[in-house]
Amino acid sequence: MEREKQRELLHILEENGRRSAETIATMLGTSIEEVKETIEKLEKEKIIIKYPAIVNWEKVDENDLVTAMIDVKVTPKREVGFDEIAERIYRFPEVQSVYLMSGAYDLSVVIEGKTMRQVAQFVSEKLSALDSVISTTTHFILKKYKHDGVILEKPEDDKRMVVTP
Amino acid sequence: MSMQQMTTNQRLSRTIQQIPPSGIRRFFELASSMEGVVSLGVGEPDFVTPWHMREAAITSLERGYTAYTSNSGMYELREEICRYLSSSFGVGYNPNNEVLITVGASEGIDIALRALLDPGDEVLVVEPCYVSYDPVVRLAGGVPVAVRTSLEDQFKLTPEQLEAQITDRTKAIIFCFPNNPTGSIMTKEELNALARVIEKHDLIVISDEIYAELTYDTDHTSFASLPGMKDRTILLSGFSKAFAMTGWRIGYAAGPEDIIQAMVKIHQYTMLCAPIMGQVAALEALRHGMDEKDRMVESYRQRRNYIVKAFEQIGLTCHKPEGAFYAFPSIASSGMTAEDFAEKLILEQKVAVVPGGVFGDGGALHIRCSYATSMENLEIAIERIDQFLQKHK
Repeated sequence: MEREKQRELLHILEENGRRSAETIATMLGTSIEEVKETIEKLEKEKIIIKYPAIVNWEKVDENDLVTAMIDVKVTPKREVGFDEIAERIYRFPEVQSVYLMSGAYDLSVVIEGKTMRQVAQFVSEKLSALDSVISTTTHFILKKYKHDGVILEKPEDDKRMVVTP
Repeated sequence: MSMQQMTTNQRLSRTIQQIPPSGIRRFFELASSMEGVVSLGVGEPDFVTPWHMREAAITSLERGYTAYTSNSGMYELREEICRYLSSSFGVGYNPNNEVLITVGASEGIDIALRALLDPGDEVLVVEPCYVSYDPVVRLAGGVPVAVRTSLEDQFKLTPEQLEAQITDRTKAIIFCFPNNPTGSIMTKEELNALARVIEKHDLIVISDEIYAELTYDTDHTSFASLPGMKDRTILLSGFSKAFAMTGWRIGYAAGPEDIIQAMVKIHQYTMLCAPIMGQVAALEALRHGMDEKDRMVESYRQRRNYIVKAFEQIGLTCHKPEGAFYAFPSIASSGMTAEDFAEKLILEQKVAVVPGGVFGDGGALHIRCSYATSMENLEIAIERIDQFLQKHK
C-alpha cells in the first residue's frame, strides 16, 4: 500500500479501531486483502501497538480512579543513561506512562490508583525507594476534560439544522 | 385616501407571488419536529470551521476591527483570492477591478443575474440544481429555462442538451459543477465542448464553482480557465464548502471588469460590503487553511466511497459522484415518488434525505443524500434505509 493510503488507514483506525477491514477497504478504494496485509504489517512493525478503548471512568461510579502525574528527578547511570531507571519504573503495573522530559525534572510518570492513599503509598514506598530517584513531586488530576484527543465532557453536538439546501 | 385595506394579493408584487414556496420547506418542518433523526439532508460540511480561522476573527474583533470594508471587500483578501485562482485553476484576475467579495456565493448569483438581465431575457438553468437559481432569475426579471441533464449521462451537461434550449432570447446560462445535488463534475474536454456552443450563441456564463475544492478523482477545471472563456464568464465561489464556513457568509465573484463593476454597483447599494469578521476569517483560510481543507476532503472521499458501495449493496442505483458531498441514488425501483419515499423514510425509519424533485423535475426519481456526516451516522442510515427497502419490496 502506498504511503499516503497507509497514513489514511492509520487515521481511520486511530479514530475507530473497530472498523472492519471491509469498510476500510471501501473507504480507501482498495481491496480487503491489501487492507488486511497492511494492518498486519503495521502491527508487526509496532506502528500499530494496541487497540485500547477510551473509557470515561468518571461515569462508572465504583471505578472512580485517582490519577497522578509525578515529576521525578533521577541520577542517570553510566552507559545506560536514563533507560534503565525508566524501565524499572514502567514495570510497575500501576504506572500508566513514563516520559523522559526536557527541563526541570527528568521523568514524568503517570499513575492510576483506586484512592489517593494508594497513590501516595506507591510514591513513598516504591518510587522514592528506588536507588537513582533523587526527588518526586506529585500532582493529582482533579478533572479530565480531554484525553488522547477525545473530549470527554460534552459530546460535540451537531449545530446544523436537520435539512438545508 | 381610501380606508380600505389592500388584500395580500394586491399588496405583494406579481413576481413574488409567482414564485412557489421552497419545496424543501415543508420537509424541513417535518424533519425538525422529530427526535432522533439521522440526517443525510444537510447541504453543508459536518466540520466546524477550523480553529485558527475562528481565532483570527476573534482576535480581529478584540482589536476593534468592526467597521465597513471597501465595497468590493478587503483588498488583501481580493489579492489572496486572485493568487489562489491563478495557482489552483490557472485563471488570472486583477484584484483592483475583476473581483468582488460577496455575502456568500448566493449573493453573487443574485447580483450577477440582476447585472445582466433585462425583463424577458432567458437564462438557461442546468438542472438538477441548487434551489435558488430559478427563483433568483425570476426576481431579476428574467425567464428561467430548464436544461435537464440525465442519469444516463451521469448528470453531465451535453452540448446537444444545451443547444436544444437556446432561443434568440437566451442571454446567459447558469450551472454548478461539481454539482449540488448530483455530485457530478465536468472534465476539461466536456467543458470545452460546451464552450463551443456558448461561443457560437454568444452567451454569458455564470459558473457556480462553490464545490471546486471538493473533487475526489480528478482536479477541478474552472470554466473561466478555458481559452476565450474568461471574458464571458462570471466565476462564483466562496468559503462555505471548502473551509466549512457556511455561517460566515463569505463568497466572491470574479469576471470581466464591466460585469464585476456593474455587480459592485448593486452590491454597494444593497449590501454595502461583506461582514469584516468573515473576511478576516476567509483571509486566514486562504493563507493557512489548505492543510485542514485537504484533511476534510480526504474524509469526504472515504465516506463517498463507502456510501456509493453501500447503496449498491442495498439495491439502489447510484452513479459515482466525483465531487461535492452528495450521493444522488435513484429510487425508481421502489415504485414511489421521491417525495413519498423521503416522507415515509423519515416517519418510519427516522432518516432524513431530500427528495430530488426540489432540485428540478429531472431529480424527481432520486433522493439527495449528503455524506457530510460521521461514518457512524452513515452506517446507521444505510442500515435503516435497507430495512425500509425490505419492508416496501
